[in-house]
Amino acid sequence: MSNVLRRVLLALPIALGVSVVCFAVVDIAPGDPLETVVPPDATAATIAAIKHAYGFDRPIIVQYFIWLGHVFEGQLGTSISTGRPVALEVGEAIANTFRLVVLAVPAALLVGYAMGVAAARFPGRLLDQIVSGGAVVGISLPNYWVGVMLVILFAVQWSLLPATGMGQLSAGAFGIFAWADLRFMILPAISLALIPTGIIARSTRAAVLDLLSHDFVLTLRANGLSEGAITRHVLRNALAQVIAVIGLQFGYLMGGSILVETVFSWPGSGFLLGRAIQNRDVPLLQGTVLVLAMIFVATNLAVDLVQATIDPRLRRG
Amino acid sequence: MADREETASVAIAFATPRPIARRRGSYWGEVWRKLRRRPGALVGATILGIIVLAAIFAPWVAPYNPDTGSILSRLKPFGYRGHLLGADELGRDMLSRLIYGGRVSLLMGVVPVICATIIGGGFGIAAGFGGRLANTIIMRVMDVFYAFPSVLLAVAITGAMGGGVLDGMIALTLVFIPPMCRVTETATAQVSGLDFIEAARSSGAGGLAIVRYHVIGNVLGPVLVYASSLVSVSILLSAGLSFLGLSVHPPTADWGLMLSTLMQSVYVVPWVCALPGAAIFITSVSFSLLSDGLRAAMNVRG
Repeated sequence: MSNVLRRVLLALPIALGVSVVCFAVVDIAPGDPLETVVPPDATAATIAAIKHAYGFDRPIIVQYFIWLGHVFEGQLGTSISTGRPVALEVGEAIANTFRLVVLAVPAALLVGYAMGVAAARFPGRLLDQIVSGGAVVGISLPNYWVGVMLVILFAVQWSLLPATGMGQLSAGAFGIFAWADLRFMILPAISLALIPTGIIARSTRAAVLDLLSHDFVLTLRANGLSEGAITRHVLRNALAQVIAVIGLQFGYLMGGSILVETVFSWPGSGFLLGRAIQNRDVPLLQGTVLVLAMIFVATNLAVDLVQATIDPRLRRG
Repeated sequence: MADREETASVAIAFATPRPIARRRGSYWGEVWRKLRRRPGALVGATILGIIVLAAIFAPWVAPYNPDTGSILSRLKPFGYRGHLLGADELGRDMLSRLIYGGRVSLLMGVVPVICATIIGGGFGIAAGFGGRLANTIIMRVMDVFYAFPSVLLAVAITGAMGGGVLDGMIALTLVFIPPMCRVTETATAQVSGLDFIEAARSSGAGGLAIVRYHVIGNVLGPVLVYASSLVSVSILLSAGLSFLGLSVHPPTADWGLMLSTLMQSVYVVPWVCALPGAAIFITSVSFSLLSDGLRAAMNVRG
């Protein structure tokens, strides 16, 4: 229990630092944030009154804590371009991104883990060479270009799947089981899954190869266990490392899917970020970045905790 | 033979098991020899060489002007009337635009990594060598920036600053400083624990002198290898930024921007639209192959 508490306490200053950075985003934005609010013929007194009303006349540190207080209450401000609460916009968009990620990550895990284990069981064979070589290529693969290529193949050449958009959302929030919704999600999910698959395959291979050289494997073999049983022992040990990789990839996908979402016009968090930038909508930009970064921090924390549960050696870490 | 016997006692005294004859050339000469024996690195270097040379000598290499098109040749497939790789939505020659596009794309990929290596490396050495307090302050600040996915951080900073080539490069530099700092810090901490640093300190060398003469030379290997691997990521990210319309403005030829404008014509000339992305991919892969070779040749782990 103390271990859980310690890790949570370690994550708190980082979360606070993240909020400072997000707050500072407004400051590096060029132009006066009040430019759109203050009428051009306003007197100095009016400007001062408006500044006071928005709290801009107070010291920056006070402004930060007031803003932080609102964030804790779940108020992220109002979007300048749509007039809707930022929290609402971000919530909807993140749900859409999650629909893709929840499809992409398990697929990447299944394929990547299987490839990694197979490559480690037969080192030097064709599959191993594909996995090892594919890792170099996979990391350099721009996933937005993969998206374009998938559109060219599946939407343009073979007309099998829709190129962009999300469809009608007939089956509610998580339409993974309805083909009418699912067909819109397949191509973006594949584009997102590709890089995590390569990374999971590579780290699984490395973890399994490393474990196979340990003494306990020799002991198991000396005790007459079958190769299958040995593999089971090794896989359980490799899982802790693989889970760390998956967690990190999950966080990256939630926050880094902007390029793929742009390719497929998928109305997720990345797409929202693009819209915020296009419209110079600072509250929306700030809110989206804050929520995505907090998800990333929370994911990393969860990964730490899960890893410590699986692998007792990491508890003291 | 005779003088070998004479020096034999000295050799035993110094206990040097390695034959002296094997040591020829410098450390970098050795690295270069090992690098040449790796086919992956050679392929990467050759492709990069061609791309870089084509970008530098673009006015002489490119068959057409990259900015002038003809309405008659809008969105044409490969091989149409002397346009080897087709023509884009304004009838501009794709091959020429790809060659010119390499200029901005390569620059935007390499410059942020160089800046981040200098700044992040400096912070890393300061954190690894400057004592506990400096280490805590620098590394905790870096941890905060680690809490952002790299794409998100790059997009948010560029977007907040307004967008443009310079803004994109600044944003990418900021994105690469934390990992660069961490790698340098680890390498510096390892070196500072070694005996020769202790020896230098006990013979009266100041902190700066030790960093200047002993630390930098010893952390340079892992830092350069890591920087070379970052270039591959940087190419992808910077192209991604211009794909989102955040850095390069039209009509400048840039791979990321070309990919995003051509996407609207994906139903007309699909394979022409795939070309700019292929250029990004090939450049990025070449950098990673070269970096992998460098890592192996310089015997850097991790």
